[in-house]
Amino acid sequence: MAALTLRIDGQAVAVPAGSSLLAATRLAGLALPVLCHLDGLTPVGACRLCLVAIEGQSKLQPACTSEALEGQVVATNTAELRELRRMAVELFFAEGNHVCAYCVASGACELQAMAVTLGMDHSRFPYQYPLRDVDASHPLFSLDANRCILCSRCVRVCAELEGAHVWDIAGRGRHCRLVAGLDQPWGEVDACTSCGQCVEACPTGALFHKDDSTAEKHPHPIRALQLRRVHDLPPRPDP
Amino acid sequence: MTPAPAPDATAAAEATASPDATATSDALAATGSTAAAAPPRLRLATAWLAGCSGCHMSFLDLDELLFVLAERVELVYSPVASDIKTYPEAVDICLVEGAVANTANLELALQLRARTALVISFGDCAVTANVPGLRNLLNREGRGGAAAVLQRSYVDLADGSGRHPHAPGLVPELLDQVWPLHAVIPVDLYLPGCPPSAERIAATLLPLLEGQRPIQAGPAMLRFG
Repeated sequence: MAALTLRIDGQAVAVPAGSSLLAATRLAGLALPVLCHLDGLTPVGACRLCLVAIEGQSKLQPACTSEALEGQVVATNTAELRELRRMAVELFFAEGNHVCAYCVASGACELQAMAVTLGMDHSRFPYQYPLRDVDASHPLFSLDANRCILCSRCVRVCAELEGAHVWDIAGRGRHCRLVAGLDQPWGEVDACTSCGQCVEACPTGALFHKDDSTAEKHPHPIRALQLRRVHDLPPRPDP
Repeated sequence: MTPAPAPDATAAAEATASPDATATSDALAATGSTAAAAPPRLRLATAWLAGCSGCHMSFLDLDELLFVLAERVELVYSPVASDIKTYPEAVDICLVEGAVANTANLELALQLRARTALVISFGDCAVTANVPGLRNLLNREGRGGAAAVLQRSYVDLADGSGRHPHAPGLVPELLDQVWPLHAVIPVDLYLPGCPPSAERIAATLLPLLEGQRPIQAGPAMLRFG
């Protein structure tokens, strides 16, 4: 496989051609914050936390959806990027109704942990208090849209791994919301196999097991990657 | 762990009384003994706005550190440790629990800001409006205000005999919107948590007693909830 070389934060890195900048950054031993990215799913660049500065480009680019190119010079941890990332996570908190105190995912929530990682001690943006619904129509799981950050990990894990494509994002701007089936109650969507992978992939407490109460959600987000590996195994030879 | 040599009798007695004292209390005992030498005690206040008092309960969870704190600060105003009703002048540090939900909260917030050098947003309700702020969902898109909250609480959910409470001058009027503290006054330091643990409170107050800004980083200091 062809290799190419680029510089990330002053460090020379050799990566296979076709790698994303996120993969290249990880190969360089550097960590980029991500919320919408989940190994094993198609990257979408939704959360904007992995934005990086590429020399010669005026716009910042999400590392997850940008291809690493020969000779690129990339900065991942400038003061500007740190400030923008912190603003992004503050906006997540201000945009939805996130109350860690009694959230099902508290202690295992990637948004809550990201706020710590990025040094958020408060949100400088006014809380919006959007009116959002809770869908408890499914027998095993519930969706609390108040806690949804529209990362679309559930959409992708359901479409790409389970092949059911129950979830989609409807609407525009601040009216964006997660919908099941043809905007139906989740429990009425025949396509849902009740596999629960969306719950495991959800970074917050938006999707959760009905049995779980405050701080009882313990998801397994890397399951998507493990399942992808199983998908990608060569077909078993005939006995 | 061997406690630092303590010149004054109190600290020495404390050290012998609790040989298994934590590192934090050792540090506090040490700072307590050096401070006994000279500097004036800081004037500390704690205030309780729209919150459940859980943050104050956590403050009381400082346990034996409270004795050390009592040597280092003068507690000039606090719902859990003093009967003084008027917020005093020239306060050095104030821990403010709770969101700003009614006219009394707002009045006290403005008053304590004017009279305090360092205001600390103490706990998730002060920092984010948290649970008290959930009633903002009834103030739909800025319409409805406090009347919608009273309608929901006293009439819609009542058993038929409900009516709007009306006692002007007796209880403070609700604000249309519940605000985090920093939305109504400038805040100097944020201490999140629901409630912040006693360890987190100690790790905030101890550096301040030494005139240093605490390091607000990592899950032990910053995690909400």
